[in-house]
This record gives sequence, C-alpha cells and structure tokens, in this order.
Amino acid sequence: MGTFDLTWSHAGPSALAGFLAALVEFVEALTVILAVGSVRGWRDALAGAGAALAVLLALVLVLGSALTRIPLDAIQLVVGALLLLFGLRWLRKAILRAAGIIPLHDEAVAFEKETAAMRKLGGGSGGLDRVAFGAAFQITMLEGVEVVFIVIAIGAGGTGLLLPTSLGALAALLLVVILGIAVHKPLANVPENALKFVVGVLLSAFGTFWIGEGIGLDWPGADWSILGLIAGFLLVAWLSVPLCRRQVAQRFSAAGE
Amino acid sequence: MKWLRTIATETFGLFVDDGAFAVAILAWLIVAGVVLPHVGTTAAVKGPILFAGLAVILIESATRRARK
Repeated sequence: MGTFDLTWSHAGPSALAGFLAALVEFVEALTVILAVGSVRGWRDALAGAGAALAVLLALVLVLGSALTRIPLDAIQLVVGALLLLFGLRWLRKAILRAAGIIPLHDEAVAFEKETAAMRKLGGGSGGLDRVAFGAAFQITMLEGVEVVFIVIAIGAGGTGLLLPTSLGALAALLLVVILGIAVHKPLANVPENALKFVVGVLLSAFGTFWIGEGIGLDWPGADWSILGLIAGFLLVAWLSVPLCRRQVAQRFSAAGE
Repeated sequence: MKWLRTIATETFGLFVDDGAFAVAILAWLIVAGVVLPHVGTTAAVKGPILFAGLAVILIESATRRARK
C-alpha cells in the first residue's frame, strides 16, 4: 500500500481513458467552434478556443503536480469516489442512450442550432468579436473541464499516471483538430455513445480499484485486477441495455392493456 | 455572482445528475469502507464484493429510470 509501480495494467487503460474522454468532449466542442467560426469569422473563434485550451493546460499542470504531493492512500479514496460518481454517471447515461431511453447526441443538429443562434446575434465589429471569442472560449472550457478532471483524477491515483493520461488526451485533441481542418464540418459519424460507454467503464474500474486500495483491500492479482474490473463493468453495462429495453417494453405493454 | 453559480452548477453536474444514484454510490462506499476491512472473509473476496455492490446500484438505477 502506498507504493505503486507504473505498469501497463495502469498506463494503458489510463492513456486510453484520457484519449477517448478527450475525443468525445473535443468533438462536441469542435461542433460549436465550427458553427461560431463559419458564421462570425475564424480569427476570434480560434482565439477563444486557444485561450481556453491554455487555461485548461495550466489547470492540469498546477493541479496535477499539487495533487501528487498529497499521500497516495488519502487521495485514492477521494479521487476514487469522484471517479466512481463521474464514471458511473457516464456509464448509466450511455446504457440509457443505448437502450433508446434518452436520445443520442446529434452533432449535425447541434451544429444547426448553434449556427442559427450565432446568426441571430448579428455581425461583429472590426475589433474583437466578443460573441465569437466568448462562445468558443465557453464551449472549450465546458467540455475541456471534464477532460481535465479525468486527466487529473487518473494522474493523481498513481505515480507516473499523469503523463500517459495527458498524452492520451493531447493525442485526441490533435486528432480532432486535424479532422476538423480536413473535414470542416461536425464529426457526426464519431460513435459518441460507444466511446462514452467505454470511458464510463474505464473510469468506474479505476475508481473501484483505488477505493479498494484506499480502504486497505487486497485485490486478487494486484494491479492486474483493473483489467478484471474493466471486464466486469463492461459485462454489467452490456447486460443492462437489454434489461432496460425490457423495462420500457413492459411499461408500454402495461399502458396498452 | 451568476458566473460563480454557473461554475458551481456545472461542477456539481459532472458528478451528479440523478441524486438517488449518487447517494446510493456514496452510501455503499461508506458501508464498504467501514465494514469490509473488518469482515473475516478471504481477503481476495473483498474487492469483488465492493464491485458487486456498485454493479447492483448501476443496474437498479438504470432499470428504475427505464420504468419511469
């Protein structure tokens, strides 16, 4: 307890969690930035997004290094609980979306809505377009804060995990930027719910593992039990989808009687 | 002060969208934290018990939402 060797059982899933979570969030941010840029001009939209990214990066650097100075056992309890709340919330939402109970997020619809909203606000003057800057800054911050939380939370759970998680998130940011420049329209084909499903599973597995470590439990297989927890949460979530569908069918059949 | 409230609401929303679900998770973590280290069962079983409780809470919450 308290000591921690960085292994692939930790570094691999943490980098993957950082990458997938950032991919989901930055795809959503890209939709709004594209809408803002295409209606109000690219200079201020990109400046807003860039300023928010700088703030987010500073948050990771400051909070990430500060949290590594707190004793590991204490931080594993707090971070584990927060990761579980966050990860299980994502997983529950992904299950409900997969079962058709709540609607899927549609990037094309979001783009149309945002474009219409930007047009209604009228054109900017020759100087800084505060609407464009503010809208791009706000969406990048809103979506990016979730990524920052994941990166910091996973990074704080074990020595040396901040780097692979950050690299995963940065790789996703780079991918979204490249795709955004190349495609120049919302990335509506990204299987967002499937990605949220996987991220929810990974975060829930990390959260459970760290809570267990924090309260002094011995995991069978030590660090490798993270892979078992990932498989366990994946199975539970996968089985929950048809269960939820059956509940809806029963509700409708009861209402029809 | 409106922006401060917005930040607080957004931050809270990162962790909680169904209050009963969040409370159930925290309650199970507290129970597990207090009880599991002192239970005389095999050490290797305690971790899976922690996982099983969370799995039950997830399934119950999702199916409860589906019934609404």
